[in-house]
Amino acid sequence: MRDVAVVAFAQTRHTAHDTGLSEPELILPVIRAVREQSGLSAFGFTCSGSCDYLAGAPFSFVSALDALGAWPPISESHVEMDAAWALYEAWVRLQHGDVDSALVYGFGKSSLGDLRTIMTLQLDPYYLEPLGLDQLSFAALQAGALGADRKALDEIARRSRTDGLSNPNALHLPLDEGEPVVEPLKEWDIAPITDGAAAVVLAAGDLARRIHARPAYIRGIAHRIEPHYLGMRDLARSASAADAGRAAGVGKGAVDVAELHASFSHEEIILREALELPSSTVINPSGGPLAANPVMATGLIRIGEAAQRIMDGAAGRTVGHAAGGPCLQHNLVTVMEAG
Amino acid sequence: MPSEPGSDALTADHVLEFPGGYTRTTGPVIGRFLTELRDGRLMGVRTAEGRTLVPPLEYDPATGEPVTDEWVEVGPAGTVTASAWVREPLDGHPLDRPFAWALIRLDGADTSLVHAVDADNPKALPPGTRVRPVWRATRTGHISDISYFAPEVTKIVSPIRSAYRLTASPSLTRFLEGVRDGVFIGCRCGVCDKVYVPYRLSCPECGNPITEEVPLPDTGTITTFAINNLPDPRAPEVPFVSAYILLDGADIPMIALVGGIPAHEVRQGMRVRAAWVPEQERTLSMSNIKWFAPTGEPDVEL
Repeated sequence: MRDVAVVAFAQTRHTAHDTGLSEPELILPVIRAVREQSGLSAFGFTCSGSCDYLAGAPFSFVSALDALGAWPPISESHVEMDAAWALYEAWVRLQHGDVDSALVYGFGKSSLGDLRTIMTLQLDPYYLEPLGLDQLSFAALQAGALGADRKALDEIARRSRTDGLSNPNALHLPLDEGEPVVEPLKEWDIAPITDGAAAVVLAAGDLARRIHARPAYIRGIAHRIEPHYLGMRDLARSASAADAGRAAGVGKGAVDVAELHASFSHEEIILREALELPSSTVINPSGGPLAANPVMATGLIRIGEAAQRIMDGAAGRTVGHAAGGPCLQHNLVTVMEAG
Repeated sequence: MPSEPGSDALTADHVLEFPGGYTRTTGPVIGRFLTELRDGRLMGVRTAEGRTLVPPLEYDPATGEPVTDEWVEVGPAGTVTASAWVREPLDGHPLDRPFAWALIRLDGADTSLVHAVDADNPKALPPGTRVRPVWRATRTGHISDISYFAPEVTKIVSPIRSAYRLTASPSLTRFLEGVRDGVFIGCRCGVCDKVYVPYRLSCPECGNPITEEVPLPDTGTITTFAINNLPDPRAPEVPFVSAYILLDGADIPMIALVGGIPAHEVRQGMRVRAAWVPEQERTLSMSNIKWFAPTGEPDVEL
C-alpha cells in the first residue's frame, strides 16, 4: 500500500439555519482554506460527497464545481454519500500511483427541507418507505432495541454539547435535554439541523511530508455494509462497524481520540462497543455530530477532526468513523497515525 | 462575505414530487408477498438455510444466495422485540394519534417486520408484547394493507355500578345529630371505661351495652395518615390526606380528612382541629366537617 496522509482540513462555521449562501458559495471558503494550508492549487484527483435530496435539485453537485475552477478540465468524481466515502474513493485513486494529491469535500444544507422525512426516501420502497417511517422514528427504534440507560444517553448528549461550546465551528446548543421527541429519544439525543461544508487534502508518498511536518497517515481504511431492512438485523449492535474496524486495524494499537459519526446518543454506545474502544479513548472532543451535523460532510469532518489532532501534535493515533443508511447500516473506519 | 439574510431576504417555496406516484415493479418475491397480503395472508419465504424471511426478500441477506420457492404462512400474531413511541404523528404516518413503531417477530418467522402498533401509551409495548394485524377494509397489495398492529386482548374493562338506599342506625343517627350541632358525641363503656367515638350502643371490647354519652371536643392528634393521589368526590383537592385522629378524651381514633396544609407536611403527632362549615349550612352529615386543620400547637408524643 502506498502511504497516503491527510495534510489539510477545513470546515465552515456551521449554522443551524439557511444563511442564503448557494452551495458553491458555501464550499468556496473551505476549498480556499485547504489550498492555502497545502500550498497546492491543483490536485491529481477531486472527489465530493453530497445529496441532491437535501436541496431537492438534481445534480446539485455539478454546480458546486463552480467553486473549484474546473478549467482546464479536472479529474473529478462524486458520491451520493457522505464525503467520507469520497475520501475513500480518493484514497483508492491515490493507490494507483500516477497522481499524488487529492481534494475531497462534502457539503449539505439540511435546513432547506424536512430532514426527518427526506431521510424516509432512502428506505426500501416496498416495505418501509410506504409506512412513512421517518429518520427519528427508525433511530428511536434502534435506541429501543438497545434499551440504553437514560443516564448513559444523557451523559453522551451533555458531553457532546459541552465540547461543542468550545468548538468555534460547532453549533452552540443549550445544556438542556429538551422535550421527548420519538421516545426514547429526547431533543439533545438528536444531531441538530445544520448547514455546512468541509474539505480535506490527501497527499501520497513524499508529497505528504513536503506539505506538512506531521501528516496524519492513513494506516487503515475500510467500510462494510449490512442488510438494509431493519428487521433482518440485530439493531442493538453494529456488525458492519465491527467488521470495518477490524479490517482497518483499530485494535492494533492504542487509540488516543476517536471521532464517531453518531447522529444519536445511543449510536455512540453501539459504535464504541463495535470498535472495542476502551474508556481511555477520548470520544468526539469536537462535540461530534450532536453538536454540528452538516449532513454529507459530517462523516468527512470526523476524519478531518481525527487527522487534525495528529497534525496538531495532540494525538499519535486516532480513528475517524463515518456512517450512512438507516440505523448505522454502512460504516467506514479510518485509522490514522503520526509518522 | 454576505451578511445573514434579514426579513427582506428573497425566498421561494420549492416542491419535489412525482405527481401520481412513482411506479415500481415488485419482482416475483415481493409481488407474491403483497398479493398474499391483499388476500389477508402473511407469508414468509424460506432461505436455502431454512430460515423464514418476513418480509420476504429475493436474496438471503446473510448469504447472498437466492431464496427458495418454499413459502410458509406466518403470524398473524407476533411478538414485539423493540419499540419507539411517536408522540406527535407526522402526515405520512400510519396513525393520526400517538402510536408506537415496533419490530414484530411474526409467529413462524426468523426475522422481524417493522410496522406501527396502536398502543395506549409509551409503556404499553414492552418487548414480548403479543400483537396482531388490524387489516384495512379495502386491500390493494401494499404494506399498508395492514393498517397497523394492535396488542392481543389480555384484559377487558367491566363497568360496575350498583345503587343502594341506606338508613342510618340509631347510634349513627345520634352521632350525626351531634355533628349537626357542632359536637362529636362519643360514649363510655361502663365496664372497661373506654371512650369510643363515633357513638355506639355496645362496647366492642367487652360487649356490654353502653349507656353513657360523652361529648368530645373538636381537637385531637393525628396517629397515622395516608396521602391519596386519586381524585375522590368526597375530598376537596388532590392529593388529599386521610388520617386517624385521636380526639382529645377518646381512646379510639376516628378517620377524617386533613387539610389546610400541604400533604407532605402532615405528620404523626400533629395537633389538629375540625374545620366546620358555617352553622346555617350544617345537616345530618359528616360533610359538616370540611377537614381537620393544624392548630399550630407543638406535636404530641404518641
